[in-house]
Amino acid sequence: MPSTPPEPAAVRAVPASVELFGWGRTAPSGADVRRPTSPIELQRALPTTFERGLIARGLGRSYGDAAQNAGGTVIETTDVAAFTIHESDANSDTVLVTADAGASIDRLLHALVPQGLFVPVTPGTRYVTVGGAIAADIHGKNHHLKGSWCNHVESLHLQLADGSVVEIGPDRDPDLFWATAGGMGLTGVILDATFRCPRIGSSQLVVDTDRAADLDAVCELMRSGDHLYDYSVAWIDLMATGKNMGRSVLTRGRFATPEEAEPKIGADPYVYKAGELVSAPPFMPAGLLNKLSIRAFNELWFRKAPVERRDEIQSIPTFFHPLDMVRGWNRIYGPAGFLQWQFVIPFDATRTLTTIVDELSRSGCTSFLAVLKSFGEGNAAPLSFPAGGWTLALDIPAGVSGLGPLLDRLDDLVVGVGGRIYLAKDSRVRPELLPQMYPRLNEWREVRERVDPNRNIMSDLARRLGL
Amino acid sequence: MRDALGSVQSVLVLGGNSEIALAIVDRLVASRCTKVLLGVRSPGSATATVSRLRAAGIDADTIVFDALDPASHTKVIDAAVERIGDLDMVILAFGILDGHQEIDTDPVFAAKVVQTNFGGAVSAGLASAVQLRKQGHGTILSITSVAGVRGRAENMIYAASKAGMDSFSQALGDALIGTGARCVVVRPGFVHTAMTEGMKPAPFATTPDKIADTVINGLQKNKELIWAPSIMMPMFLTLRHLPRFLWRKVSAT
Repeated sequence: MPSTPPEPAAVRAVPASVELFGWGRTAPSGADVRRPTSPIELQRALPTTFERGLIARGLGRSYGDAAQNAGGTVIETTDVAAFTIHESDANSDTVLVTADAGASIDRLLHALVPQGLFVPVTPGTRYVTVGGAIAADIHGKNHHLKGSWCNHVESLHLQLADGSVVEIGPDRDPDLFWATAGGMGLTGVILDATFRCPRIGSSQLVVDTDRAADLDAVCELMRSGDHLYDYSVAWIDLMATGKNMGRSVLTRGRFATPEEAEPKIGADPYVYKAGELVSAPPFMPAGLLNKLSIRAFNELWFRKAPVERRDEIQSIPTFFHPLDMVRGWNRIYGPAGFLQWQFVIPFDATRTLTTIVDELSRSGCTSFLAVLKSFGEGNAAPLSFPAGGWTLALDIPAGVSGLGPLLDRLDDLVVGVGGRIYLAKDSRVRPELLPQMYPRLNEWREVRERVDPNRNIMSDLARRLGL
Repeated sequence: MRDALGSVQSVLVLGGNSEIALAIVDRLVASRCTKVLLGVRSPGSATATVSRLRAAGIDADTIVFDALDPASHTKVIDAAVERIGDLDMVILAFGILDGHQEIDTDPVFAAKVVQTNFGGAVSAGLASAVQLRKQGHGTILSITSVAGVRGRAENMIYAASKAGMDSFSQALGDALIGTGARCVVVRPGFVHTAMTEGMKPAPFATTPDKIADTVINGLQKNKELIWAPSIMMPMFLTLRHLPRFLWRKVSAT
């Protein structure tokens, strides 16, 4: 006999308008924010009338306006965060995990790592939710071998704008599944997902570090050796000019065996500690980060890296999530906030990569370390960002003079060689470039037309870019 | 929508013939702005601007706006939303300058200056704020004047009206905190325009283009108060505290 779900307590509606920012703290907007605390509440949080639409929001790590909905409704999913680790054959390489949309990688890791498991993909922060991971189809240091998050998803439940719930996956309404992968939350509200998690030998990584004198050197190191490592990323100093242009520190690694980890962590190979060490101060004056201070920081950081180091044992937080040690580090950019610009261009466009790095370093556009990585092939999702090639991501204070025209010019270079920028990071791209960056945009729009003809699922990003 | 660098996609200018506002609009359309609506008393007066913007591919139009008719202001805002959708930015740019005239003997005209510059800004500002709250985002760009910081004998009515507008705009901005909408105050110094033609320029006199550059820069830096040119800030923060006998001497020179 089907059981009737208990009548939920009224969904907690916090004040009529709450101002929401993206991680870059640049262009906030006000919305009616609802924070359901159970899966049933989450399903019932969908408004009955949609004057200005609805978007789901996780931990707000998108840099721009992807999880904002000016004048409309925003459903914060972070209180709906349960998950189940399914039983599995001890010989299988992966284990299935089903998690609510609001479960964060942080919470997952605290449960997974002690059981010898890891998430299939982790970005540079563990404060992202499963829903956000799907909506942005996030990638990490293992993209060259394992692809992005949605490559590891078996199925998910999606609530559509009409309130109905569908189960979709790569073999179950694949069009809707792949439109949801990287679809920036615009196909519906992701309720939960089931994905494959890999087994690991320990909670430590064996890490090799190489200092590269310039851009050519780091690209060559990645080209020739990335396939030997499960995880690879380079930090690049964009403030360095002349013969130092593009100097980098490349770190690559794999999970250690229990024997390799033992001298550092003792008998329990799966011990996992991850926390925040310090908080950024709540208020920062404008202009604290300037050319001099950032240049000095980058110089110091480059000098302190070893020229070449092999087989260093590092923990998961040190290797994957170094910035998570400082809570609220996004506040250090002061009142103007900051943005992140991330693009990918094909491998054969190495000269364009050089031109872009050269332009950025000569512009003196103050940027802390940028991240360079070589991607593997992309997946079937029309709006998924990763594609075979070089990806570069850099944080820039939003107040820098001339930044708008500079990035517009660089966007043109990226589009010129068939590249694109990452929507989860975007807060400023010209809308007319999207069809060139994402040639399958119309396929995605057709799916959206099918599931949400009235555009009831809406975000500031969708409005700004005319998605 | 506003982007991370302060660019907007649509703008309503109340006082659509203001040279400062139009210089700002030129910079907005050079970036992300594709919709411009000019609120003017007589639509014919902005024909040339509309044609020029349309030739550049901008969806430009005029709408009838009379600062002296507060009862119509909500209707103007609603009609503007009907025409261009969300108002990413509303520029309050209308105003009358009294510097040329002997209005200390013309109380009726003086009252009209106050009703236009101050009263109109209050009713149009509030009408805009209602819409911006509803849409959950948007910037009211309120163009006041350094004269509002301290008035001189020659511009007492204008200065007083701008002081009122400035005070209202700052408080409106505070009232909008947390709604996604905001009010940014711009305080220009002396600007060479048709409005100031024939007047003796004050120190650091500048042009609408330079004012507009400063405004765009301030918007990118997310400032709440923009002095233009920026030297006006230390200058007027000093001048406002001068004893009256000194200020009389300084302001008369």
